[in-house]
Amino acid sequence: MAALFYILAAISVISALTVVGARNPVNSVIALVVCFLSIAGHYVLLNAQFLAMVHVIVYTGAIMVLFLFVIMLLNLNKPGGPRKSLAMRLAAAVAGGLLFLTLAAAVRQGVAITPAAGFDPGVGLVRHVGQVLFTEFLLPFEVSSVLFLSAIVGVVMLAKKDKDEAPDPHITGPERARRTA
Amino acid sequence: MDQGIITAIRTVPLDHYVLLSFLLFGIGAAGVALRRNTIIVLMCIELMFNSVNLLLAAFSAHHSDPRGQVFVFFIMLVAAAEVTVGLSILVMMKRIVDSVDVNQLNRLKG
Repeated sequence: MAALFYILAAISVISALTVVGARNPVNSVIALVVCFLSIAGHYVLLNAQFLAMVHVIVYTGAIMVLFLFVIMLLNLNKPGGPRKSLAMRLAAAVAGGLLFLTLAAAVRQGVAITPAAGFDPGVGLVRHVGQVLFTEFLLPFEVSSVLFLSAIVGVVMLAKKDKDEAPDPHITGPERARRTA
Repeated sequence: MDQGIITAIRTVPLDHYVLLSFLLFGIGAAGVALRRNTIIVLMCIELMFNSVNLLLAAFSAHHSDPRGQVFVFFIMLVAAAEVTVGLSILVMMKRIVDSVDVNQLNRLKG
């Protein structure tokens, strides 16, 4: 079991690095799908079955497909694109590494787990999570549906094409000519 | 059966989950600073969300408290809403400035 955890951890870290490093955005999306599936594996190891299923359905099923749709819609599926200078990239990598070191050093003394008196391995089952979700967290659950509604309306409003869109004064040169034509 | 699950959950120390999620969070944060492609920046934000989710789920399982997992569920909901809005902003940005470079977003108007 422990070996499984380390294998999954290695897969998640390597695929996360691929997300950041890949030149082609499609490769990044595929690496992120692999990373999310390995995190779903971690949830299964923690016996959080409800979370594992929701994670696979929501993240790998919906969100990543949305990413792929947008990449295909905007025709970004070619390598290259804008890159930062070497110094900037080095600084960013060092900053990320330092963030990890700082966080790791902060818990270096170890996370004290006081073993729960009645340890219940079934907390992640649908039954238990559902009971808490629909009693203690009923109001946040309903409010989140309002959040979704506003997200839907906002997305439709944002992505709608304006019929009489004024030409952008900041766009000049051939690009502007192409748009106003 | 239950004993097997308990030992399975507890064989991996919580520290290792903490370190793994810190590592994923650091990679995500570095990616946000590293890349100029907006869609990859959004993906790195997703990565950071997931590292936090993993941490919450690990603590929840080790403390046998389902509330942590309910929180992860809510974070997933908010992340889904955030991604749809972020991607539609990206589509608009592509339409207006014809680029997905985050450096093009340095002015708020137009």
